[in-house]
Parts: sequence; C-alpha cells; structure tokens
Amino acid sequence: MMRWLPEDVSTYGHEIDSLFFLIYYITAATFILVTVLMVLFLVMYRERPGRRATYSHGNTTLEIIWTIIPAAILIVLSFMSVNTWAKLKNTVPPSDFAIQVTAKQFNWGIAYPGADGKLGTEDDVKFDNDVHVPVNKVVHVHLGSEDVIHSFFIPNLRFKQDMVPGRTVTGWFEATKPGRYELPCAELCGFGHSGMKGWLHVHSAEDYAKWAAENLAAKQQ
Amino acid sequence: MSQTVAAGAAHVAHAHHEELGFWRTYIFSTDHKMIGRQFLFMGLLMLIIGGLLAMMMRWQLAWPETAVPGLSAIPEPYMYEGIIPPQTYNALFTMHATIMIFFVVMPIMVGCYGNFLIPLMIGTRDMAFPLLNMLSFWVGAVAGVIMLASFLVPGGPAAAGWTGYATLSARAAYTGVDLGQDLWIISLLVLGISSLMGSINYITTIVNMRAPGMTYFRMPLTVWSLFITAILLLLALPVLTAALAMLLFDRTLGTSFFLPQGGGQPLLWQHMFWFFGHPEVYILVLPAMGVTSDLLSTFSRKPIFGYHAMAFSMIAIAFLSWIVWGHHMFVSGMNPLLGTAFMMTTMVIAVPSAIKVFNWLGTLWGGSIRLTSPMLFALGFVSNFLIGGLSGIFMASTPVDIFIHDTYYIVAHFHYVVAGIIFALFAAVYYWFPKMFSRMMSEPLGKIHFVLTYIFFNLTFFPMHFLGVGGHMRRIYNPMQYEFIQPLQDWNVFITVSALLLGLSQLPFLINFFWSLFAGKRAERNPWQANTLEWTAPTPPPHGNFEVQPTVYRGPYEYSSPEVKEDWLPQDKPLAKTAARAH
Repeated sequence: MMRWLPEDVSTYGHEIDSLFFLIYYITAATFILVTVLMVLFLVMYRERPGRRATYSHGNTTLEIIWTIIPAAILIVLSFMSVNTWAKLKNTVPPSDFAIQVTAKQFNWGIAYPGADGKLGTEDDVKFDNDVHVPVNKVVHVHLGSEDVIHSFFIPNLRFKQDMVPGRTVTGWFEATKPGRYELPCAELCGFGHSGMKGWLHVHSAEDYAKWAAENLAAKQQ
Repeated sequence: MSQTVAAGAAHVAHAHHEELGFWRTYIFSTDHKMIGRQFLFMGLLMLIIGGLLAMMMRWQLAWPETAVPGLSAIPEPYMYEGIIPPQTYNALFTMHATIMIFFVVMPIMVGCYGNFLIPLMIGTRDMAFPLLNMLSFWVGAVAGVIMLASFLVPGGPAAAGWTGYATLSARAAYTGVDLGQDLWIISLLVLGISSLMGSINYITTIVNMRAPGMTYFRMPLTVWSLFITAILLLLALPVLTAALAMLLFDRTLGTSFFLPQGGGQPLLWQHMFWFFGHPEVYILVLPAMGVTSDLLSTFSRKPIFGYHAMAFSMIAIAFLSWIVWGHHMFVSGMNPLLGTAFMMTTMVIAVPSAIKVFNWLGTLWGGSIRLTSPMLFALGFVSNFLIGGLSGIFMASTPVDIFIHDTYYIVAHFHYVVAGIIFALFAAVYYWFPKMFSRMMSEPLGKIHFVLTYIFFNLTFFPMHFLGVGGHMRRIYNPMQYEFIQPLQDWNVFITVSALLLGLSQLPFLINFFWSLFAGKRAERNPWQANTLEWTAPTPPPHGNFEVQPTVYRGPYEYSSPEVKEDWLPQDKPLAKTAARAH
C-alpha cells in the first residue's frame, strides 16, 4: 500500500502520512483479529450431531473490555489528529509570498500581486492553470470561486481545500522539492469537471527568479 | 373490507372478513404484508436499474470514451453511438446513488421489512394506520415514477451528484440540466412524505400494539432497529424537505438561500443536507444490523450476545448520528475548530459500532452454526461492515481526510457500508421468503449466489482503496486525463471486470427468486426453527395474522435453553413454570 501514496514534497505531508499508516496498522490488526476469530468460530462451532450450543446471554466483563479498548485507541488517535490538524489549520506560518486562485468552470485563475505588491488590485498579473512557486518558501493561497464549488487539490503536497463562491479561504503550503506537480479539481463542478486541472511548478530559487523576471516583471510594465 | 379488519377483534380476524377483489388484494391493499411485498418488488426493480447505471459508469472508467456494447440506440446528446459523454456520466453517478439509497435500500429494508415484520414480530393484526400505510407505498411509487421520468426530459436527469451541492445544483446554467434537476428535487420531496407516513405508522404501532407480554426488552433486535430508524426518519426528513424546498425556490422563484450573488450561503446547503444525510446513513444501516443480529442468533442456535448492549448501542448510534454531520465537511471551508469537534464525535460513534461487531462474534462463539443461505449473507454483512467501519476511521482523522476526501477511498468506504447492506437485504429475502411467499428458496442456488457475490463484491470495492490512496478523485469522467492517475488505470480495468461479474452473479438470485415464487418447495410454518412471533403465525399469514392472539413469555433469543429438549423456545410458548409465573 505504501508505494501507492503519491510522493510527498511538502513540509507537513509526512505527519499526515504517518497518521495514515498508524491508522492503517491499527485497523489492519483489528481486521485480521476479527476475521480470524470469525472463521475459527465458524469452523469450530459448526453444527454437529449430538452437540448443543452453549446457553449464554453474554459476558459483562468481556463487553466492558471491548468497549474500553476501542474507545481508548480512538481517543488517542483523536488527540494525535488534533495536534496535526491544529498545526495545519490554526497556526499559519507567516510569509511574504501570496497568490490568489479563483476557480471558474473549468479553469484555475491564478493571480500574482503586481507592482504595488498587493493582491486584488488592478495591476495583478494573471495566468490560467499554471502556478509557479519557489521551493522551500511558505506560500499563502487565497482560494475563491466565481460560480460553483471547486476544490484545489495538490496530491503531492497533501493539500486540498474547497473553493466556495462568496468567500475566500486561505491555505498554505511549502514545497520541498522542485518539480512539476498535477493540480486537479477534486469537487464535482459540472460537465467539464473531469479534466479541470493545472500544474504546480516548483522552482529552485534561481529558476523562480528567472521565471518571475520574464513573466511577472515583464507584464508589470 | 379493510375497515372490518381494522375494527375487528385482534384475534381470529380472518374468520370474519369478506373476500377482497383483485384490486384491493394486490394493488390498493391495506394489508401490511401485501404492502411489504409491493415495496420489495419496487425495490428489486430499482436495484436492477441502479445496478445497470453503475455498469455503464464502470465501462467508461475502464475503457474511457469507447462505445458501450448494446447501447448504440440511445440518441444524441445522451450517448454518441454508444459512447458516454461527460454530461451523461455525471447523470449516471447522480442517479445511481439516488436510486440505490432512496429507492432500493430504503424501500426494501425499511419499507418492505418494516411493514412485513413489525406487526408479525410484535404479535399484532396489522399496522396502526392501514390506510396511511397504503398511501405511504403509493406516494413512494409516485416518487419513483417522477425520478424515472427525469431520464426522459430534455437535458436529461439530475447531474449534480446525489449530494446536490449548491451552487452547482441551484442554477440550471451550471449543470446544463433544468427540468431533470427540478424533478429530482420534487421526487425526493414526495418520497419524504411517503417516508414520514411510514415512520409515524411504525412508531405508533410499536408503542401501542405490542402483544401482551411483549415488553420493549423482549422485542427482537430487528424491531428495535426499525423502531429507532423510524424515529430517525421522522426527525431527519423534515430537514431534507426544508433544504430541498429552499433549493427549488432558488431554482424557480429567484430566491438566494444558497446563491452568494443574492447574499446566500452555499455551505448552508451542505450543513442542512448532511444534518439529514448522516442520520440517513444510519437509517440505511440500522435495519441491516437488526436483521443480522436476529439471523446470527437463530442460525448459531444461541442467544444473542449482550442483548441489552445491542439495543443500547443502536440507541447510542441514533443519538450520536445527529452530531457527526460536519465530518463530511472537513475541507469545505468550514471553521477548522468545528472540524476538531466533529472529529471527536465521529471517533465516539465508532465505539458502539465496534461493540456490535464484537457482540456478533460473541454470538458465534460456542454456537451450533448452520450455514444456510440467509446465515451466509448475514455473515457477509458483518464482514463488509467490519471493513467499512474500519476504513471510516481514516477519514474521521481530519488531517488524513484532507488527502483522501473526495477520492475513491471514500467511494470504497461507503460502498462497504451502504452497498454492504445488500448482503443483509439478501439475507432477509432468503430468510423471510417462506413467510412472505409460502415457499422455500433453493439452498444450493442461494449458496452459489452468496459465494459469487461475496467474491466479486470484494474484488470490486476493495481495490478502490488503492485508487483512493493514489489520489484518484471520485466523480471524474476520464481518469486518463491525469498523469498521476494513469499508472493506476489497470486497477480501474480490474474493478470494472469484477463489477460486471458481480452484476452477472445476481442471475442465480433472480432465477431462484422467480422460480421459487411459483415452484419452490411449500414452506412449513417455522422452517428455520426460530423463536420470534412471525413463525408462530400460519403460512401464509391471513388477514389479522394470528389464529389466536399470542402472549409473550420471554425474549426472542432463547435458543438451546436448558428448559426444553429442543434447541429453540418460541416467545409465545407457555412452559409450566413460566406460565405460572406470568399469572
């Protein structure tokens, strides 16, 4: 199963992945335990002439045990998840790098701040579908939508956030490896939903400077 | 006449009712048993339709944009010489889910078995309101006709997903579907009326019409589950009805409940939909749990393990089901603090579900297990519910859900739970067929049906976990459009082949069902040697059900009791000792 998770190139992805594997090992063990017992019981206690079933209405001690153990495991899992969730959602690391993504059927509208350094002004530099960011830098993304709900999904960054018309949700990520990563829409958004995608280009610092000089600075004049 | 039955004494009712004509017996019947059969046939018909829609989807996913064999006659723009276009694909998964949830599982588990079993199992002559019961079926049938009619209107049927998320569903321009989406809303509104009538009837009947001696804690768990389900339905459906009405107003009257252009909130739809939608999941699965509990006890010839824990865990699930809806919305843009709260409640609801699985195991332990067809299907339900329950823990964890939300991992999870219900559904059909249709179904055919269905069900749905872990989104028309999904395409082909075989595996069932209906072995009164009251009624049960009003002396699970020589002890059988105590 491990090899099927897409390569993680984010700063926090390993925390999500390790939670995933922890739950995987716990549930796999439970599955095997219950299934083996079930098959065992079906064989051991199959109907045979002359043998009568045990007349028992239950066992309170056993029931308490198998209530408390799953409850304890789930509580521990909850607290571990809360920690990671808080790290991702409640404490956004500061950054001077922000972009705005406005979805519309069936494109990502990408905006970079123009000469004034602010987003949402007249001089924003706009692109369709391709996002360029530098590696090892916290990126803030302001996500919105013009028409229906879309979802900004970058599998390699373990990033997913719905884009709701009428509001802006801010997310963040920090890519740790240069490359080209697919950026599909993950929420049904109409007949063109399938194929609504872009690319996230993560550049080294030098490459990003070069790209910005050619594409951002040039357009600002 | 039905009035005669309703007004007549509880016992010996069949002795003094008049013969009813064809229409009153088979079509506009007020007899709960006939209404149950009507729901069964409606559900099975819809199961075939819903299943075929799934096969078309699977074809497209395995071999994108190639002609589906045999469908070249469907005209443009719905199909292009057998090739499914994206718009039709969206309609396919929308209607597949809508039909399977609202017109297969609900009519069969709640409509059919609720109707057929509640009066028989609690030992009464009929439902509290027989006329309302008849209306419940016919209003439900009208809803079904409206839903099917939406396939035939210009623009095709609804294509905004069964969850109908606003704003996509709120304006025709966004999906290109106008009338089809309106009919979808209207059909569900009408179906809500049907379910409301049914649930009022179930609750009233169970509270007021239990046989003498049938205390709440002597009720079979099937009745418990249907009782709790009816309460959930009564409370959850008005919320869906309100949301659907608001959506319809947004679409047709120009209101803006869900449209931000007019000051509305798209997320309001999600909150309302899932506030209904999560109890709905338990409305679907609780009856399956009840039936499974009864069958495991009967065929293990052993009392259910921890009867009170089983009843209370269902009550706990019912309460908790109201405060977990936000786990569908972790990435929706809802406040992250709410996400934390909903994760906690979701983890808590896993505990009563775990208790149920362990108690089922406890029931098998020390039993004398008969692997009949209904027992095999009940065990199949336990096995699937185990996988579906465990895979749910992944998405309960908010950080993990960020990645697997809206992927095939979710599709795998809810098919193990909701499509897994079909195992309990088949178990119920095989088990109660003798009482419903006075004949036995073929055991060898039933076992073949089970083995094939179990194998291909797992080969179909288990690999969907792998797709989800790879990031494969749900509801996409063509996976080959994505470079990161392309390496997983072999699994899509594998799943489709398995799904087609899963479809074919239902042929033994269809043959068995219809052959047994007319030519099966005549059923005796209590072929499974079971304890519950429906088996003390004659086969077929007449109007009024029982020859003599049964009196209940004990719980439903007294199998292998040391008090008697046989290994079963019906609820209404007086023993010298217990009879004396009862007076």
